[in-house]
Formats: sequence, C-alpha cells, structure tokens
Amino acid sequence: MTWLLAIFQTLLFVALAPLLAGWLKWCKCHLQNRQAPSLLQPYRDLLKLTRKQPVVAEHASWIFTRAPYIIFSAIVLAASIVPLIAVDLPTAAIADVIVLVGFFAFARFFLALAGLDIGTAFGGMGSSREMTISSIAEPAMLMAIFTLTMTASTTNLSFAIVHVLNEGLVLRPSFVFALFALMLVAIAETGRIPVDNPDTHLELTMIHEAMILEYSGRHLALIEWASQVKLMLYGVLIANIFFPWGIAQSFSVQALAYGLLAIIGKLALLAILLSISETLLAKMRLFRVQEYLSFAYLLGLLGMLSHIILEASR
Amino acid sequence: MNIEQQDFYTQAILSMAALIGLASFLMLGQGRLLRLIFVFALQGLLLTLTAALSAYSLNNHHLYISAGLTLVLKVMFIPWMLRRQVLAMHMNRDVEALENKTLVMLGGASLMVFSYYVLHPIVQSSSTIMVNALAVSLSIVLLGMLLMISHRQAVAHVVGFMSIENGLFFAAIVATNGMPMVVELGIAFDVLVAAVLFGIFFFHIRTSIDSLDVDRLNRLNEVDQ
Repeated sequence: MTWLLAIFQTLLFVALAPLLAGWLKWCKCHLQNRQAPSLLQPYRDLLKLTRKQPVVAEHASWIFTRAPYIIFSAIVLAASIVPLIAVDLPTAAIADVIVLVGFFAFARFFLALAGLDIGTAFGGMGSSREMTISSIAEPAMLMAIFTLTMTASTTNLSFAIVHVLNEGLVLRPSFVFALFALMLVAIAETGRIPVDNPDTHLELTMIHEAMILEYSGRHLALIEWASQVKLMLYGVLIANIFFPWGIAQSFSVQALAYGLLAIIGKLALLAILLSISETLLAKMRLFRVQEYLSFAYLLGLLGMLSHIILEASR
Repeated sequence: MNIEQQDFYTQAILSMAALIGLASFLMLGQGRLLRLIFVFALQGLLLTLTAALSAYSLNNHHLYISAGLTLVLKVMFIPWMLRRQVLAMHMNRDVEALENKTLVMLGGASLMVFSYYVLHPIVQSSSTIMVNALAVSLSIVLLGMLLMISHRQAVAHVVGFMSIENGLFFAAIVATNGMPMVVELGIAFDVLVAAVLFGIFFFHIRTSIDSLDVDRLNRLNEVDQ
C-alpha cells in the first residue's frame, strides 16, 4: 500500500511538473503585459514533440540517443526520493539527500556528454558552461543541505522534515541562510533568469539551450520534461524543507488531500516569487555567474557557521 | 541549551545577530559606493530593531533612547551625508574592483570562525546563550577591519569604521543590556563628530591627490621624482 502511494506520488510529481512550468509562464506573461498561453500549453508542446519523428545527426553515437532516457529516468528517480505530499514513504527511506544531489549530477553529466557528442560548436560551448556553473553550484547546494542535516542530525529528507515539523516555529538564523543559498542555487541549476534564460535562443548567452539544440522529437520532449521536473524538484525542496507545514504525516485520504493542496499552494506562491524576480532582474554576464554562485556558497557557509556558533551551543 | 529550548526573544536576537553579520559580509563584497552606504544603513536599521527588541523584552526603557539615536544617526544622518558627498564628488559611477573578491569573502568567513574560536572559552563558562552573540559581534568588528584593509576608497574606509562601531554597539546591547546612558550619548556624538570630520578629510584628500583612492597616497613625496 505504501509502495503504491510512493509510486503514485512520483507519478504526480512527473505529471504536475509541466503544469508548474505553465503557471510560471502565465504569471510572467501577466507581469510583462503579454497575453499568456493556456496553463496546459506545456502539455500540448510535449505531446506535439512526442508525435514528431526525431532527427538524429549522422555522427551521433549511442550516447546521443540514449541520453534523454537516462536523464529523464535519473530525474524521476530523484523525484521519487523527495517527499511531495507525505513523509515516511518507503522510497524516502532508501536514499538521502546526498543521493539526490548525486542523481542531479548524473543527469547533468549525461546532458553535457550529449552536448559534446554531436560535435557542434554550440553543444560543446553549452556543456563547458554548464559544467563550470555546476562545479560551483554543487558545493553551495551541499553546504545548504548540510546545514539542514546538521540541525536534524539526519541526511534523510523525510526524517529531517519530520524533525522540523515536530519542533514547531523556531527562528533559526542558519535556516534563513540555507534558504537563501538554496534559492540562489536553484535559480542557477534550473537555468532561470539571472543566470540563464530558458526562453531564448541567443547564442552568446544560452547554457541549457545550447546543449540540447540538436535534439528533436521525443528526445527533446523527454529532456524538456526532465528539466521541468527538475524545476519542480527544487521548488518542492525549498517549500517542504523550510515550510513543511501541511505535509501529510499519516496515510489517511484526508491528510493526503490536505498535503496535496498545501504543496500546490506553496509551489504556486514560489512560482509567483520566481516570476516577479525574473521580471525585475536582467540576465547577468556569464563571467559574473561565478561571483553569484560564490555568494551562494558563502551563504551556505554562513548558515553552517551560524548553526555551530549560535544554535548548537554545548 | 539548544535553540529550540530558548524563548522567542533569544531566537529573535540570534537571528538578528546572523542578519547583522550577513550585512557585514554584503558590505565586504560591495563594489559600488552607494550600495555600500545603503547596506550600511540597513545594518543600522537591524541594530535599531535589535535595540528596540531588547528594550521591549527586558523592560529597559533607556534602550529605546539608544535605538532612537541609532535610527537617527546610523540609518538616516550618516548614510545621507556620505551619500551626498559621494554624489558631490561624482564617485557614484565608480566601480571599485577588489583584488580577489572570493578570497576576501572567504577570509571574512575564516575571521568569523576565528572569533568564535577566541570566544569559545567564554561561551563555555557562561550560562546564557547570549554570549554566543558576542562571537558574532567580534566578527563584525573584524569584518569591518577587513573592509578597511581590502577597499581602496576613503569612503569605504569610513563605512568600515562605522560598522566596527556597529559591532561594538551590538555587543553592548546583547551582552550587558546596554551601556550607561552617558557612555551611549558620548559614543553617539563621537561617531557624529567623526562623520563630520571624515567629510572634511574627504575634500582635503580630494583636493590634494585628485582622488579618494588612498593607494595613491603611497606615491606622495616631498621631492619631485
């Protein structure tokens, strides 16, 4: 029964991710005085892409055609670890946050490999940029996560969330820092505006788009879908770790429904925040990204320090 | 004693300590003078809130006066004056390039670790968690010094000096429930006078070396080379 619930939750994750992308676009369009597409537009795009025949370059090796499936499954596995509507699911007990970061790294590795595989100038450029960014973003993310795990004294996400829930409202300086650090990392890792623009095809600035330029058809659909799930993953991480109230702690239907409503509300709010920041900010130069990310790392470090200095006094 | 066993006031004070420390780090990494002054004013505002908070919860009415003084001096008057001078000397467009920003920031982080290490014996012998905030205030003082060392503009030095004073003020509020009013007033007016004097110095440095970049003072010589 609990395994069924875990699978259902993962499916829900994968199914809701395009909706979140649509909602984000809807908010952004309305903030910029543009006519918004329907909320279901990402689903339509994915459907249209799956119907088309993928065009594969002559020199592509097996990596190029397998990569979308590997990336998608790695991200879905990552999604199965993160508690969305309920804690204490069996999948959450299997793996912890470090595995989660590992799944992200695995997916990113194959994405960069696929970008290099085809041998075009843009693919290689995008891959090298992605790797540059992720090499700084990953320690920053781990630092933010370690702050949380030191507080809860477990690396398991679901136990950590239960710990935060049981404590009630505690003002923690370290969580403020970890929250900001994780937000900055999430923006960089999912390729949102100050770092990368997901809507552009401008050669000089693109990172994520450059790597997947050669993809088409169902391959492209899988990669796009995976990046939408990844965006939602970061959103759920931020929402459920730092504001876990509402998540179901028992498996009754009522609690689960309440948990679903809560997470949808929290994600909708987060998306509104993200769309406001994307509307206000301009994309920064590529060479300033490392400054931005080292600030994120510094925030993570400060979170850790303030945990040790201010909170865990012996 | 862990943080979840503390009362809400202690948690709030500790969060404020963390935010004030963050403001110090933000100042350290700032390249633009106007933004530096803005963050300085923000730190002053956080200090005001801390003072008001401890005045409210400890029922110490003279801390309200300290909070008011901080608000008027460090949030409004000094930032306003510095801002006016920066605008008058057309330095608002200058970007001050730090030698190695990431290194300076990491140096700041290690200063924070160092100040905790130094204060650790005190933390252990004391019963209250409040002394932990002393570690933060010491690191704010050290960060202010690092700011003065790493930046080249004289205005940034003044901001660093004032933020050192912020750190001391924070320590005074948290550890000893505020200094005696006479000391408080004395320091406030000292800071005020210092700010005015710095303003005069700015114009003198400016007229003598045509810039506020203090690195160029090294090249001053009695004889022409």
